[in-house]
Amino acid sequence: MRSLARGSVLGLVPFTAYILLFLALPTVIAVGTGFFDGDGAFTLDNITALGDPVLLATFGNSLWLSALTAVIGALVGALFCYALIGAKPTGILRSVVDAASGVLAQFGGVMLAFAFVATIGIQGMITVLLRDRLGVDIFANGVWLYDVPGLVLPYIYFQVPLMIITFSPALESLKPQWAEATAMLGGGIGSYWRHIGLPVLLPSFLGSLLLLFANAFSSFATAAALTSQGSQIVPLQIRSALTSETVLGHENLAGSLALGMIVVMVVVMTLYSLLMRRTARWVR
Amino acid sequence: MSAREVSARGVGPRTVRARDRSGVHPGPSTATRWVIVAVIGLLFLVPIASMLEFTLRGGLGGGYTLDRWAAVFGGGLTGEYKPIVTGLTNSLVLALVTVLVMLVLLVPTMVLVRISFPKLQRVLEFVCLLPITIPAIVLVVGLAPVYSVVARMFGSGVWTLAFAYGVIVLPYAYRSIQANLQAVDVVTLSEAARSLGAGWPTILFRIVVPNIRRGLLAAAFIAVAVVLGEYTIAALLNRVNLQTALVVVSKADPYIAVIIALLALVFAFVLLVAIGRIGGGPGSRRRRTAPPAAPAVPTTPLAPAADADEPAQEAAVR
Repeated sequence: MRSLARGSVLGLVPFTAYILLFLALPTVIAVGTGFFDGDGAFTLDNITALGDPVLLATFGNSLWLSALTAVIGALVGALFCYALIGAKPTGILRSVVDAASGVLAQFGGVMLAFAFVATIGIQGMITVLLRDRLGVDIFANGVWLYDVPGLVLPYIYFQVPLMIITFSPALESLKPQWAEATAMLGGGIGSYWRHIGLPVLLPSFLGSLLLLFANAFSSFATAAALTSQGSQIVPLQIRSALTSETVLGHENLAGSLALGMIVVMVVVMTLYSLLMRRTARWVR
Repeated sequence: MSAREVSARGVGPRTVRARDRSGVHPGPSTATRWVIVAVIGLLFLVPIASMLEFTLRGGLGGGYTLDRWAAVFGGGLTGEYKPIVTGLTNSLVLALVTVLVMLVLLVPTMVLVRISFPKLQRVLEFVCLLPITIPAIVLVVGLAPVYSVVARMFGSGVWTLAFAYGVIVLPYAYRSIQANLQAVDVVTLSEAARSLGAGWPTILFRIVVPNIRRGLLAAAFIAVAVVLGEYTIAALLNRVNLQTALVVVSKADPYIAVIIALLALVFAFVLLVAIGRIGGGPGSRRRRTAPPAAPAVPTTPLAPAADADEPAQEAAVR
């Protein structure tokens, strides 16, 4: 194959150029602009501006929203995956669940905002139902749907399907022989889960949890379509920094916000890949 | 039905009963499974049902009406709804160009790395999965200046956005294609082709591509689904696609926007069911259950009446 290999180095050029131009360059620009002011001079002002109480609160909102929806999404999704153990891999249940999870996890965005306005908006189906039939006003303390708490339900709505997508392969790697071995040694279903099932699944559960966190943290469309005013989470703050040029008296603040997001994402994804390496021990 | 399958039919139920006696089943009982699936499934249907109910509402007078659905299907998307038609057209063009970008740039590179540069495999994987770590909202900060250059070179046509979309579909496309590439022994096939005198184009188009067409099709479908749902980059680069058009129209007439969103949802669902059928067809099922010692799927002995022929099928495959 040697002669083919030598000539075919050229074959790697188009893709490499494409990646440099549309992935590497934008990332470098995004992170780099944070270090320059409007006139192109080097400055650390934008980075120190991240210490601004308003921006710290924004990062705080993003972090707790992502953590909360990741934990709830992971638990509900894992429960659903448990229910799918033993379902036919090619059966109708699996096909529908796989397709529906794919749609809801990746397609969501704007549509989710519409869905939740129609469900728990001021005139939403559930809001009206609760108000007229049970006399419960979910907005008794003010309308929270268009604020950060309002993002919790829509986010869970795309986190659970993502958990099902990422976690069910791990459950499929539980070998029936392990259950048979447990039974042979006199163990019951309790000791199977305590000594085999849960320890084997823990790394991939935590890995999926991190992926869910990263997913919520980087999500933009739902929040953009739902929240009418204000920029309570980091992606929305980046939008306002991009569209209004100056936020809090700083130019190029979008760059340093992007840097902040990247730092969080790199930490999360590094932990994720470490956990996945550990998972690979059992998934062969 | 072959003789082998018929004889296997007798074996199936017996293996099931044998497993039943082993006493430890990690899976839930049939009842538990369906309760969990039904409760979570119904909760997830509520927002979709709410959208449907919303589109049928009869305005201030109350009651329900089909008028809006009739308007959408009766060619009523003119005037103020024009942005949706434009957005949908743009999104379809973008989906097409994104798939082309993927096929022209990613696929040959993956095949080349697999055949000639196995050492670069990890680098390629790292690069292709990188967009998961870089949120679209971060990418867009850096894409704005890049696109001012792109606009000078290629014009500001909406299709140019496909270069950015090619990056965000990279992880999904890579996974689908890679799974298929690993299942086929591309290296041996290409060496065989080469020893018979085939050149690189012949290897790529007549040997490798036909063998990974399932992976390519799945990658193309997922790319279409992702592109049709994309909002962040289009919105911040001030381009019109389906999602940005929906947001604009929803401010004037939420009903029509919700109807289109529902239709797009159904379309994406059908698309993904199609992916499932491609990936789970008879060929791949045989491959998955082939190693007799380790079935990929933990089989539990609960065979509901409707599933009665499944163990037989599996046994037949083995």
